[in-house]
Amino acid sequence: MRLIYCGYAGMNQIFRFFSFNSHHYSPETIEKSDSYQHNLVTITHLRQPPNLLFSKTMKPHSVAQPSSSLINTSTTATWLNFFFFIIIVFSQTPALANKGKLVITGSSTMAPLVSEIGKRFETVHPGTRIDVQTGGSSRGIADAVNGMADIGMVSRALKPQEDALHGATIAHDGITMILHQDNPVHKLTNEQIKAMYSGAITNWKTVGGMNAPITVVNKAAGRSTLELFLQYFSLSTRQIHAHVIIGDNEQGIKTVAGNPHAIGYVSIGTARYDATHGVPIRLLPLHDIPATLETVQDGTFPLSRPLTLVTRQQPTGLAQSFIEFSRSPAVHDLIFKQYFVPLP
Amino acid sequence: MAGSLLLLIVLFLLQESWPAFQHVGLSSYFNDSDWYPTEDLYLLTPMLWGTVWATLGSVLLAAPLGILSALFIQYYAPPLLAIIYRRLIELLAGIPSVVFGLWGLVVLVPLIARWHPPGPSLLAGILILFLMILPTITLVAQTSFAQIPVSFLHSATALGLSRWSIIRKVVFPTAKAGIITGIFLGVARALGETMAILMVCGNIVQTPSHLFDPIRTLTANIALEMAYALGNHRSTLFVSGLLLMAMVVLFVMMAESLRHRNLDAATKY
Repeated sequence: MRLIYCGYAGMNQIFRFFSFNSHHYSPETIEKSDSYQHNLVTITHLRQPPNLLFSKTMKPHSVAQPSSSLINTSTTATWLNFFFFIIIVFSQTPALANKGKLVITGSSTMAPLVSEIGKRFETVHPGTRIDVQTGGSSRGIADAVNGMADIGMVSRALKPQEDALHGATIAHDGITMILHQDNPVHKLTNEQIKAMYSGAITNWKTVGGMNAPITVVNKAAGRSTLELFLQYFSLSTRQIHAHVIIGDNEQGIKTVAGNPHAIGYVSIGTARYDATHGVPIRLLPLHDIPATLETVQDGTFPLSRPLTLVTRQQPTGLAQSFIEFSRSPAVHDLIFKQYFVPLP
Repeated sequence: MAGSLLLLIVLFLLQESWPAFQHVGLSSYFNDSDWYPTEDLYLLTPMLWGTVWATLGSVLLAAPLGILSALFIQYYAPPLLAIIYRRLIELLAGIPSVVFGLWGLVVLVPLIARWHPPGPSLLAGILILFLMILPTITLVAQTSFAQIPVSFLHSATALGLSRWSIIRKVVFPTAKAGIITGIFLGVARALGETMAILMVCGNIVQTPSHLFDPIRTLTANIALEMAYALGNHRSTLFVSGLLLMAMVVLFVMMAESLRHRNLDAATKY
């Protein structure tokens, strides 16, 4: 209940503190977000309580002095404060609601990215709320068509019958085959890759390499990278004879970098980064098209897909500004973080 | 406090795995043809075997070496060396498992790959787990050696027994429960280990037929698939969590009861 004595100014500091904590604002953002209103808004969008375990140790540098003691209160006191302003916040939500809310549904590949973009959008446009739900690209299309969602997320190119929808690509997802740098093989045809993954070719000798067994590195079930790979090579999960199954991209790269006879596939963004930073891997071209960020960006690289936001009509208002925001360089760092390739 | 927390965790696991018991059924976990959760096939036995073999292998390696290390520290090493050696073992116990995993992935696995491809294998898992549980077994065994009343050793020496005879006839019988406690704690840790295993074992769902086969353990399966699992698949992962939890609790409880018996035995004389 110390909060009451601290009055309005103190409360404002707590709001700042928690918004800092939950959204990972940069200090600059906090400095700019001076209005009481803004701070309230960010609190309403907390999807989970702020991490109270860290609240004692984290020191938001930009928070002004007067109430800095509040930050170091005991956990119990912090909880009390937390509940207290939750009550305040909820008593004020109706006033904020009319500022705008967007419902976005669809591809589970895109959901983490769009959710991050949404969080940033909310901070730049106080009073808005971006609600992201997954359910697959088909749901994204369906929801956009029947108006269940304002925007649908579709992680594939639109089909001809879906042309009536308005699509805006926000990024690309590309997958590259990787080999160890010491592997003398510089090129593989799609048929060869397919044969390796289905167990028909088991020795590098067959494709002009060393006389050594091939180590096939595959992704764990459910990963979108696996999905795209299977679809491109028209393979099914059961056909694949893998020797190693990996979780994330980094693990795949380390596995291939440690085994000269391995073949694997990972997101182009990660592979490019690691290859240019001294990791001994080589990115294979597909159909003679090199695996670079540029070929993914212009859509010529075959094993890639656009990540698209679709709307039923020409987007207006909030939807329009959200789509424009998602296509702007302001979110490029978020796109890189998810191993996608941003627009040029 | 800790007890109620444990109870809450178990209740949570039960609640999350309940849909799987209802819709998939226990028999599917042992009778389905394979593990293809997207096609509603939920065979858990290969991963169960993966976990069992990796744990068993590492314990078979770590138990004798751990006990020998403990004997070395307690009875053979000069005092200074004993202290240094003990500190080193303690340090080994403190290394985070992900560091072991990383080391395994960039050093151990390529070595095995050169010897017998593909590299990520049951063997790699066993070796990594061995390094991780060796300190536990050593330290617990050494502590129980240290608890043996000095009078025992004095009497044995007075009878003219050699050092090895004393160890075999006096030290081992007296400290038996302590040694087994250490082994059980090691087993519990090996069962639950996830990150390092995930990185070095290859994660292919198959019952291993030899040491160089890649395996997937129950823990690795949870870590790999939880983020993307939905519905029954997700529930099934919770079931495997429940199974692991039960195994670990069993071993820890056995270790605890033995530890008390060991203390009783040591104080009786």
